[in-house]
Amino acid sequence: MPAAAGAVEIDLWEQRMTTTERLTECDIDDFGRELDRIRDEVTAARGENDARYIRRVIAVQRGLEAGGRALLFVSVLPPAWLVGTAALATAKILENMEIGHNVLHGQWDWMCDPKIHSTTWEWDFATPAKAWQHSHNFVHHTYTNVLGKDRDIGYSALRIHPEQPWHPVYLAQPFYNVALAMFFEWGITIYDVELERAWRGEKSWREALTELRGVLGKAGRQVIKDYVAFPLLSGPSFLTTLLANLTANTIRNVWTHTIIFCGHFPDGTVVFTEDQLDGESRGEWYLRQLAGSANIDGGALFHLMTGNLSHQIEHHLFPDLPSNRYAEIAPRVRALCERFGLPYATGPLLQQTASVWKRVLRLALPGQGGHQAAQ
Amino acid sequence: MTSTALRSRAWQLLEMVTTPLLPSDYLDLFSPLRAGADLRGRIEAVHAETPDAATIVIRPGKGWRGHVAGQYVRIGVDVDGVRLWRAYSVTSPTNRQDGRITITVKAIPDGKVSNHLVRHAKPGTVIQLDQATGEFVLPKTKPAKVLYLTAGSGITPVMGMLRDAQLEDVVMVHSAPRKQDVIFRNDLHDLVADKSLRLVELHTDTDGMLDVARLHELVPDWAERETWACGPTGMLDAAEAHWAANGIAERLHTERFRPTIVVAGDGGEVTFGTTGKTVDADGATPLLDVGEAAGVLMPSGCRMGICFGCSTPLKAGAVRDLRTGEITEAEPGVLVQTCVSAAAGPCELER
Ligand SMILES: Cc1cc2nc3c(=O)[nH]c(=O)nc-3n(C[C@H](O)[C@H](O)[C@H](O)COP(=O)(O)OP(=O)(O)OC[C@H]3O[C@@H](n4cnc5c(N)ncnc54)[C@H](O)[C@@H]3O)c2cc1C
Ligand code: FES
Repeated sequence: MPAAAGAVEIDLWEQRMTTTERLTECDIDDFGRELDRIRDEVTAARGENDARYIRRVIAVQRGLEAGGRALLFVSVLPPAWLVGTAALATAKILENMEIGHNVLHGQWDWMCDPKIHSTTWEWDFATPAKAWQHSHNFVHHTYTNVLGKDRDIGYSALRIHPEQPWHPVYLAQPFYNVALAMFFEWGITIYDVELERAWRGEKSWREALTELRGVLGKAGRQVIKDYVAFPLLSGPSFLTTLLANLTANTIRNVWTHTIIFCGHFPDGTVVFTEDQLDGESRGEWYLRQLAGSANIDGGALFHLMTGNLSHQIEHHLFPDLPSNRYAEIAPRVRALCERFGLPYATGPLLQQTASVWKRVLRLALPGQGGHQAAQ
Repeated sequence: MTSTALRSRAWQLLEMVTTPLLPSDYLDLFSPLRAGADLRGRIEAVHAETPDAATIVIRPGKGWRGHVAGQYVRIGVDVDGVRLWRAYSVTSPTNRQDGRITITVKAIPDGKVSNHLVRHAKPGTVIQLDQATGEFVLPKTKPAKVLYLTAGSGITPVMGMLRDAQLEDVVMVHSAPRKQDVIFRNDLHDLVADKSLRLVELHTDTDGMLDVARLHELVPDWAERETWACGPTGMLDAAEAHWAANGIAERLHTERFRPTIVVAGDGGEVTFGTTGKTVDADGATPLLDVGEAAGVLMPSGCRMGICFGCSTPLKAGAVRDLRTGEITEAEPGVLVQTCVSAAAGPCELER
């Protein structure tokens, strides 16, 4: 029976619930209403301070990037190389995470500033904002952790949940996950073109290739900037600048890969089957977002550098609330989970990363990895 | 290579290294008023005029092309973090030496932008600006006899004209609730002392409202005068009727600060197709306001149905023109003015 399959998933998750009773439909509605209330409060409180926050982060990011790049003009000098690369890597992380990701989510649309708006923003990443917005905002945030719907589960390349059927190619996944981390930007670019769906005949090759061409224009400009224009402008520092830019991009890639994998794939996160979506109530939607996400503990600077995706749970519950507000509502969300006896997955970065890698290794091999599939 | 060609080459190179941003995204951080930037202005001073009106002195960016007396300028200010655009008449003369312009704002009850500007605007704040525009101006050949018919904040475009051009024979009939509510009262009386203006000042709290039909009692030769009128809707409607009844409608020029709303119907769910946002709207709120409140970037201009700066394709459903009550239904190519249209049932806009 289709309805039951989704219920099994919730069951699995609820085994970890702290209270013995299961949530009734009424409880789930209450839970949804409480979350809606938090959402309304933040929406009503948004104002000048939030606007100042994002403008300041943008100004700092641009300053860091300009400063870092300027230093790299003399990157033959090792101290300049080191500081310049660090500044550039930091700027790129800020740009992708706290600024790009969140602006493209429409978190700052309420300001009606055309310079900081989800429909006008373009980010320092190979994939064009528009392509990413479709695959991320729509597909991933709507179908979070629904097998066969959420393409972000293992990025269509990794077996990250035991419910995904095994294939011999997964034997190599520990290796290509390392490669994916290093070249994350390019992984996402290819991923956004959804080539695997053309492969499976779910969309035409012609369509996929047209999209690919669009993506190549953007990606080409990115490559020229980091690997041709700036090295050339550095003259005698050509090679060292090239290396610095490559390093900064790689650091950014590994960092974003780590943070994003920690958001959905550590132990404690759950996948769902498609029938879970049938007639899903607001409260159930919230439950699915909560069950599919995990937070990372850390300080204010750490949260900033993760683009506040260390508050992945809050982000998935409220994807379009301004990121600077997640820290403030996290204790309330957590208290709410406690009240309803719901698990709230969180842990320090090392622990969450280790948990993700354990899964990548374990699920490279066939079998359920010691935990029962949904059906 | 010519210097312009060289400059455009250099610019292209700059774009190559700032991609995906533009060079201006960096330059804007420290030089928002420079030539070539989006037009902005900086508030330099705020002078109280009356208890609820203030004059804002603005230094426009390098791209400012000047104005004609009587025209208005659109400004975009951030109120509680949200960018809001409104139109304000320029009250400074066109030949002001320091290149600054002024607008004079009257705070209206619950008015978001007007209250912000009058009570909270701070010198140093950068605001968004648009080039001056508007048809409420004096003709090239100056008319021999002029009448200015104003009330409340409607004095602003006329003050711009009075400060700009010396005319032979000018009469002004101005209404305000009380003496202390008369904006520019000192300036007006200076002009009277100078004999360059004949002023009829009405305090409606004590004198009662001006009856336009009895204007001849105040200005016997009113019908011979080329007239510029600006004030509340009621006064302008009465003036238009009176001038038309006397067969001299072409001698009356009016400026309205807000559209005349005649009907509101039932609202509906509004979808903004491009951004994918959906909100419930009532039948009285302009779709422009609905979109802005939802964080949709809506094009806008006068916000009162005259400039067509807000025209947006209607993809589905129906909207009602708030000025006439007329219903427009979606069809390929149909554009609606969002500033004077409200939802008439569920509808979708391409935004
Ligand atoms: C061409 C043009 C020139 C203008 N020049 C000036 C000027 O020189 N000085 C000036 O002070 N204003 C001027 N205005 C009006 C100005 O643009 C704003 O409409 C006004 O300041 C109110 O904005 P707000 O954000 O404070 O009010 P909102 O928050 O938009 O509105 C609050 C409430 O007030 C009502 N309302 C809106 N506008 C008015 C109004 N004008 N009078 C009474 N009630 C209103 C609304 O329906 C609403 O219920 C001009 C308008 C136009 C179209
Ligand atoms: S904004 Fe001018 S017509 Fe709508």
